[in-house]
Amino acid sequence: MVSFERFTLANGLKVLVHEDPTTPMAVVNILYDVGARDEHPDQTGFAHLFEHLMFGGSVNIPSYDEPLQRVGGENNAFTSNDITNYYITLPAVNLETAFWLESDRMLSLAFSEKSLEVQRNVVCEEFKQRYLNQPYGDVWLKLRPMAYKQHPYQWATIGKSLDHIENARIEDVKAFFARHYNPSNAIMVVGGDVKSEEVKRLAEKWFGNIPSGEKLPRMLPIEDDQNEERKEVVKANVPLNALYKVFHMPSRTEAGYYAADLISDILSRGNSSRLFRNLLKDKKLFSDINAYLTGSLDAGLFVVEGKPVPGVSMEQAEAAIWEELERLCTEPVPESELTKVKNKMESTMVFSEMSLLDKAMNLAYFELLGDADLLNSEIQKYLDVTAEQIQAQARQIFRRENSSTLHYLAN
Amino acid sequence: MIDRAQAPAFRQVEHIELIRAKEQVLSNGLKLFSIDGGDQDLVRIEFIFENTAYDPAKPLQTFATNTMLNDGTTEFSSTEIADKVDYYGAFLQTEYSNDQSTVTLYTLNKHLANTLPIVKAIISDSVFPQVELDTLVRNQKQKLSVNLEKNDFVSRKTFSNVLFGNTLYGYDISAADYDHLERAQLLSYFKEAYQPKNCTVMLSGKVKEETIRLVDRYFVSDWNNELDTKPNAFEFSAASGAEHFIEKQEALQSAIRLGRIAINRTHPDFPGFQVVNTILGGYFGSRLMANIREDKGYTYGIGSALVSLKNTGYFFIASEVGADVCSATLNEIEKEIKLLKQEPVQEEELALVKNYMLGSMLGSLENALSHADKFKNIYFSGLGYDYYSRYIETVKTMSPERIMELANQYLDFDAFQRVIVGKK
Repeated sequence: MVSFERFTLANGLKVLVHEDPTTPMAVVNILYDVGARDEHPDQTGFAHLFEHLMFGGSVNIPSYDEPLQRVGGENNAFTSNDITNYYITLPAVNLETAFWLESDRMLSLAFSEKSLEVQRNVVCEEFKQRYLNQPYGDVWLKLRPMAYKQHPYQWATIGKSLDHIENARIEDVKAFFARHYNPSNAIMVVGGDVKSEEVKRLAEKWFGNIPSGEKLPRMLPIEDDQNEERKEVVKANVPLNALYKVFHMPSRTEAGYYAADLISDILSRGNSSRLFRNLLKDKKLFSDINAYLTGSLDAGLFVVEGKPVPGVSMEQAEAAIWEELERLCTEPVPESELTKVKNKMESTMVFSEMSLLDKAMNLAYFELLGDADLLNSEIQKYLDVTAEQIQAQARQIFRRENSSTLHYLAN
Repeated sequence: MIDRAQAPAFRQVEHIELIRAKEQVLSNGLKLFSIDGGDQDLVRIEFIFENTAYDPAKPLQTFATNTMLNDGTTEFSSTEIADKVDYYGAFLQTEYSNDQSTVTLYTLNKHLANTLPIVKAIISDSVFPQVELDTLVRNQKQKLSVNLEKNDFVSRKTFSNVLFGNTLYGYDISAADYDHLERAQLLSYFKEAYQPKNCTVMLSGKVKEETIRLVDRYFVSDWNNELDTKPNAFEFSAASGAEHFIEKQEALQSAIRLGRIAINRTHPDFPGFQVVNTILGGYFGSRLMANIREDKGYTYGIGSALVSLKNTGYFFIASEVGADVCSATLNEIEKEIKLLKQEPVQEEELALVKNYMLGSMLGSLENALSHADKFKNIYFSGLGYDYYSRYIETVKTMSPERIMELANQYLDFDAFQRVIVGKK
């Protein structure tokens, strides 16, 4: 149970406070409701590049990191296809420094040309390090456009290609800031050894007079139902063949999400899971196999990926995966197996409450989903899933015409 | 109107309180330490075994024994072990490091009585079935073939081997080494290393009397010491610095890793050296990051670290940089080290680093599990809690002169082993 208080400033900034007196630290987490899905198709990778620029100095404070480190704090951020999330951890006695820094960069950035130039390079190196200079590193650059033909999930957070990042100009940066970085588009969570009253005072003081900005309606294309099986083959300098299969599935806020999440656990969580047990250990067809979800706010993907052992053909490997998926469609999950994945979900939730930062991030994310209190009823939604719902969801997802398959072959 | 250009007042961290571990010794000599804290009704139990009997002819013996612990016991098959652990929502992990092999159980307290017997079985009665060993060998060889395509992996592996030779710390594992793994090696290693007297148990989380009682019940009665154990002891002499270049024609980035044998936590200079390391490459605002990432944009990240091992310590700097700026990066690193040795750090930078390090120390004590980690650091180095008082005092009182002194003593670019994988 993660308790919190909530208030909204006149300019629309939502603030949540989680008092946790067991730690001497404080966390300030700010979620901006903008991600790679909000980018223009010709300027992809921009939300993430912009995240880097948020550390390049703001209108009244030339350096973001330095003053924070000076008071014993640390920070970082991440961008996904859906959101951009910034967080600070610092000794609670120095909480005000976090308000000072975060409010100034919400007010306005310095928009320095030098920062843009350097961060373009840094992000290009990140692109190379994570996607281009790694075996199989570019697989999501290939899978996304296979699965999504209309929706902006067809590109990865890092962007479609290096030149989109190289071409970013300071005017684009300013426009992006004006559009997305304002109080009405943000959720702030303050947690740790803090008092609600003090947080209210500081929030009013530092964020109260930032102009509200306009919360623009999001009008993203809806992905058409997929009606044909999609297949592609690529060859690359990798040592082993790999197989990737993605299926369209419900969004994070749809009821079917919970059953789908449990299906991925049945298939792939822990050494007792079906893919690990049956295909890796018993049949010895794969040296590595996993199933997981993208968990996105719009309709997401259910992913199965594996590396067949030498001597096993891609056709054999695929047939074995289909056999497991079809079994989920035809046979109800035994009660004990369902209890197992629910127990795991429950303990995962309890363990995540050990971390102040995790709690703060979760509160912000669930507030974005509609209500931070959903975090506390989340486990019940998993516990309520029945074997029949699992089977129905499996039938909905695991259809050949709903699948995209990539054979990533060794040269 | 507020003055947004003016930073709010702040304070340096004054008080850092560590929860001290409570020690107990059970009747079979098993050492037990516990840290009780937190509201969540869960516990982490680590069974930590010192690595022993290293034989360069069997370099994977220690690793494979640890990894295969959950692959079968006299009583339970690997399937049964996995089923039971997962059914109770627990997490059972085996972890192998340079000095220790660990088995860790994460569980809600309400399931402890059902999950502990499994842990007992795997650490006292594992049988290492041949069929499971075959699977391990096949899959590990595949994993290795993928890793060998990663420049960063190759640079780590090469660096360790250059520093530590064919000891457990440095052995350059190849696919052929997996083919030489035999079941008999694992059985004999298991018998020697996995004994109560070679084990330390660390409990953290909500540790109740009942928790201790259960450990006592399962891990004392029929788990005995039978053989002598010889903990690994390695000695290293610092070789002269050299460049080790592994060319990869296709590389977009080069992985670089430079460093040398250094001191470990038992050395009085260790905390001071950590301050020097922090300034150079130990945090986001470090000089290496400021210069090579934030000024030049050569890399996504660069950092340095001082690592304490049981038999030695080492210092390293690592990054992945654009292949075209690899040599330029090395020049900048050399420049930064020279600067640290020749010019006193400005008071402003030093004050920032001190506050950052104290805040970071405070922040690293998030919950009972992190307090246990802090305890393990000192315990396995043979140190007491006064180490942390000394650390905090050293950070607070560090002077620019002392930093120069330490930099001159421990940082010498020419004495570094310099591994480059990619293009120069």
